[in-house]
Amino acid sequence: MKILICLSNVPDTTTKIKFTGDMKQFDAAGVQWIINPWDELALTRALEIKETSGPTIEKVTVLTVGKAETEPTLRKALAIGADDAVRIDADCKDSYQVAAQIADYVKSNPSDIILCGIESSDYNGSTVGGMLAEFLDCASVSSVSGLQLDNGQVRLNREIDGGQEVVETGLPCVAIVQKGIAKEPRIPSMRGIMMARTKPLTVKPAVSIEELSEFTTFELPAPHAKCKMIDAENVSELVEIMKNKLKMF
Amino acid sequence: MAVLVFTENWDGKFKKISFELVSYAHELAVQMGTHAVVVSIGNVAEEELKKLCHYGASKIIKVEDSRINGLVNKAFAAIIAQVAEKEDADVVVFSHNFTGKALAPRVAVKLKAGLASGVNALPDSIQPFVVKKSVYTGKAIGHITIKSPKKILTLFPNSVETVTADEQATIGSFTPELTDAHFATKVVDVKKVTDKILLTDAEVVVSGGRGMKAADKWAPLEELAGLLGAATACSRPVSDEGWRSHHEHVGQTGKIIGPNVYIALGISGAIQHLGGVSASKHIIAINTDKDAPIFEAAEYGMIADVHQMLPKLVEAVKEAKH
Repeated sequence: MKILICLSNVPDTTTKIKFTGDMKQFDAAGVQWIINPWDELALTRALEIKETSGPTIEKVTVLTVGKAETEPTLRKALAIGADDAVRIDADCKDSYQVAAQIADYVKSNPSDIILCGIESSDYNGSTVGGMLAEFLDCASVSSVSGLQLDNGQVRLNREIDGGQEVVETGLPCVAIVQKGIAKEPRIPSMRGIMMARTKPLTVKPAVSIEELSEFTTFELPAPHAKCKMIDAENVSELVEIMKNKLKMF
Repeated sequence: MAVLVFTENWDGKFKKISFELVSYAHELAVQMGTHAVVVSIGNVAEEELKKLCHYGASKIIKVEDSRINGLVNKAFAAIIAQVAEKEDADVVVFSHNFTGKALAPRVAVKLKAGLASGVNALPDSIQPFVVKKSVYTGKAIGHITIKSPKKILTLFPNSVETVTADEQATIGSFTPELTDAHFATKVVDVKKVTDKILLTDAEVVVSGGRGMKAADKWAPLEELAGLLGAATACSRPVSDEGWRSHHEHVGQTGKIIGPNVYIALGISGAIQHLGGVSASKHIIAINTDKDAPIFEAAEYGMIADVHQMLPKLVEAVKEAKH
């Protein structure tokens, strides 16, 4: 059985977001890049499954769609423990293009379980995993917070609005994972970092697919008005605001 | 031509989010010179479906199939795409919640439609089709141009007001073409929390952070939430410590919410936390540290220990409600 994890290369979550002068592009100067947090949890869970299910899992592969500057992120995933990495050499404008690139790769390199994070912390789209499943015409389970492999059968915990479900699905399937899938992301060990240098990182050419949408401009939110401080002795003032200004009751 | 909107139901009932969606679809349809059509999947009584007319639905299409048991992405996406084609929909609108996030991307590929997810307002313009959404987890706003003839939007919950627009809707049914292969995913167990207000649907959210100090000290916070009809939430350290379930974690890696009022109790307001709550219309913060970043995001603040303040606040709210 093969597991594929789709990784997104995103700015560190503490990055101060800036754009180019014309507000048309993200300004990447001085930005630290990381594995998208949910994708990192997906990788962690895949490695846990590989370690506990013995030879059932043949290989854990990580994949990203991006130019050469995304390779350090793939190397980090290899250092954490992935067996090999694939970079599809494309500069995509929308998630439709990204999903189509991944689908094209998976069609000639099938995987049984494909893991995607529920969103990327840059464009907050929540779109690539579902699109990928549709391109592959396979099952998808979204908002997954638990994944177990039991005699070749996949069981998933799915979060729903107001509860949780247990879902079983045939393979191949795309599991779109969120918080809870793994407790803490793994940190690469020194040995892992050494080994990552010699693990295979394959670069695949992009296929030609036109984008359907594109971010055309950005803006920064208006600065907040100064916080009105209320004296701790004056609870009634706060309640007055809650009642009459904010109409909370 | 039409704007198609998918409204999910919770055991046959709609929620506020459903009415926001239909209102949004109606206003978008007016802007585009067309009408709003609703597709509802599963068993919903006619009386409940008719409620959607008050928000501007001019046609309601009900789809039932005995094999539907819970959300099956592949089947639901096929149904919605088939209805979209039959109705010749130019735009399909979903909620940006668990269900909408699961379905919209699949339908987008079926219809070869450009997808803008998590939008929080009507389009800036229809020709070209430009719509805005929050990006970088609330740190910026992006304007997306959709170039394809068919378009899909997912609407961020709590981002638009409901409208009153009495339409005389027709209710019809549609029989989709589905095979057993559409139902390869099966829900084998469900645990529902029905007595609680949905965090993503709530008008008011009362949230606790590390300042709550321990797992067994949440009773006053819950009492306040109960008085205000609010959902409860927490910051990441709280769910990491296991004081509260991770379902309640709001922030960059947890749930992203946009209630009318967010009350942050003992939350310092790390940048990742603020990312998850910056869509809130008003923020009230109580914290012991006057330099806590939460006060930069808040509209009203109070420097106090939450455990000393909460009982006083609960009493004062009780009194003011009388």
